[in-house]
Amino acid sequence: MSALELKGLTKSFDSTQVIRGVNLQVEHGEFMVFVGPSGCGKSTLLRLIAGLESPTAGDILMDGAPVTAVSAADRGCAMVFQSYALYPHMTVYANMAFGLENIGESRASIQGKVRSAAELLQLSSLLERKPTQLSGGQRQRVAIGRAIVRNPKVFLFDEPLSNLDAELRVSMRAELRELHRRLRSTMIYVTHDQVEAMTLADRIVVLREGRIEQVGTPQALYAQPVNTFVAGFIGSPRMNFIPLSACEAWPEIIGSRPLGTTQIGVRPEHFSVVAEGQGLTLTVNSVEYMGAHSLVQGTLGDGTPVALMWVDAVGASEGQILKLQALPEHVHSFDAQGQSLATKEML
Amino acid sequence: MPWLKFLLRTRGRQRLDWTDWLSYAYLMVGLFTLFGPVVWLVLSSLKTESALSKFPPTLLPYSQKTVQVAGHDKPLPVFLAANESGHMQEWAQVRRIGIQATLVDPAQPEVTRQVNIKERVAVDQLTFAWGNYTEMFEKFTFGRYLWNSVFITVVATLLTLLINSMAAFALSKYQFKGQKGVFLLIIATLMIPPTIILVPVFLVINSVGLLNSLWGVILPAIATPTGVFLLRQYMLTLPDELLEAARMDHASEWRIYWRIVLPLTAPALAVLAIFSVMWRWNDFLLPLIVLSKSEHFTLQLALNSFQGELNTQWHYLLAMTVITLIPVTLVFAFLQRYITTGIASAGVK
Repeated sequence: MSALELKGLTKSFDSTQVIRGVNLQVEHGEFMVFVGPSGCGKSTLLRLIAGLESPTAGDILMDGAPVTAVSAADRGCAMVFQSYALYPHMTVYANMAFGLENIGESRASIQGKVRSAAELLQLSSLLERKPTQLSGGQRQRVAIGRAIVRNPKVFLFDEPLSNLDAELRVSMRAELRELHRRLRSTMIYVTHDQVEAMTLADRIVVLREGRIEQVGTPQALYAQPVNTFVAGFIGSPRMNFIPLSACEAWPEIIGSRPLGTTQIGVRPEHFSVVAEGQGLTLTVNSVEYMGAHSLVQGTLGDGTPVALMWVDAVGASEGQILKLQALPEHVHSFDAQGQSLATKEML
Repeated sequence: MPWLKFLLRTRGRQRLDWTDWLSYAYLMVGLFTLFGPVVWLVLSSLKTESALSKFPPTLLPYSQKTVQVAGHDKPLPVFLAANESGHMQEWAQVRRIGIQATLVDPAQPEVTRQVNIKERVAVDQLTFAWGNYTEMFEKFTFGRYLWNSVFITVVATLLTLLINSMAAFALSKYQFKGQKGVFLLIIATLMIPPTIILVPVFLVINSVGLLNSLWGVILPAIATPTGVFLLRQYMLTLPDELLEAARMDHASEWRIYWRIVLPLTAPALAVLAIFSVMWRWNDFLLPLIVLSKSEHFTLQLALNSFQGELNTQWHYLLAMTVITLIPVTLVFAFLQRYITTGIASAGVK
């Protein structure tokens, strides 16, 4: 039985359809990440699961039981909001204890739960402070602590790291990962940052315009994207899309592509520079030195922009002509609609 | 002394600029027109009854000096008059018949003298008639009036805060059909002067049997459009995520209101509380029509009733006026910065 199941979930605000028939199963103990560009409906989906919005059509099941008609409080979800939504007039302790007080737990039990959550999140010394006296990372931890004390069936995170600076974001990411490892509970995490999605998720859900584009492990999404949208969204720097017509000088690829291929996709890190012979001809426009490697940007003969990661780019300079190749298994084929052909065959 | 420096700030560096003259003149006029009557009131409230009726009136509370002379039970008024050798000296007046006054030397009670009343001048001295205040508590049921006023003000203010914040909470945090309409209706009542609805209000109070009850003054006034508007505008600034978080924390709607929204609205509540205290304390018209028995009078009504049909006891009236001014003055002096910040935050954000 899945921890959470969405069946044909639809949500409209007035005449705008935000979620268009989402089907999804989340397993127990899974760290599921919803990722997509802004406006794709990922936050709305999370709010539907939380019970803060009610669906226009479709069902939400938790542990096999429909919860669509159950109030937000009784679904057994805990949510960490983007703005943390800490009660500013209460101390950290009171913030974490509020939910437990509401369900009438004994004072001793509340104290025990809050203390152990505070210990887990290294908040023990801050319990008497008000949220305004805390740093961004500490507030974040209080918000997580408030979710933990209620021992929810599902944790919901709504872009929790987006208000933190880059450095803190990286360390909080590791903390979240560690937390999931310890608690082993089901977590659903919304982000627009594909790096966050890749590093945190057991499985990723890529959303576009209220529809699920692809669900899979980070590795699967990286290796076998089902369409150009997922292929372009997952992975950084972005995958290069090259029309098949521009690959005439690369017969090995043209020959091996399935029928209907109109463009190929190659990730910048999968290109290698060869001295002579077959391959794409790239005119270098710029070189960004990044230490271990360089990001080289250039254009093909027909003007298609292409980027590649090149380890020994020390000698590369603007205007230089390079010959590029990639292993056939790293070359993705897409049809005119942008659907991946290789994946279709595999399915 | 930084405050003195602040008060004496000028525009001109070396000598006074013409704008300095103008602004100081303007401020002086303002000071005298606004503060003058209050000062005069306070000083007059310390005058004796006779000093009040004196003409021309004095600003400071002067009254005739009296002296205790041996052989007389009561203290005698002191006059300045010439003695036998023609020198002026202080005399105590024993009695006065027609235009003749009998004076006695306070130092030598056996020496008396008859003078025409035109030849003696009363000796005045600065005396503060604190008795106006102390006697008031003994002579009248002043405590009763004070209690009535305090009761009405405190209870009405608490109820105003409760009722108005509940309305504001619903209007700012819930979506329902006709929400805008209800809000506009509430705001529209601001345009109706209270005098217009005085008679209907009276009829309602009468028919529910609240005439001559303090609740008859409290209840009609607790729902104020100003309060609802002020609080609603403030509550709109509270993020909805807080309420959603509380909802997920199993908080009932009442608990969300009581534990989350109300504490966070404290600045706006403080403003409304100040307004409400001033409105209720100074209210005259509604108590006047609702309360007709003297044991239910508020201070304002008691003040009014002091102006009797036959004579007015001005010295008590003035003293009582000063006392009724004190609470509002204190509220304003100490809480006025909340008023300005509260209004600013409720309106602008």
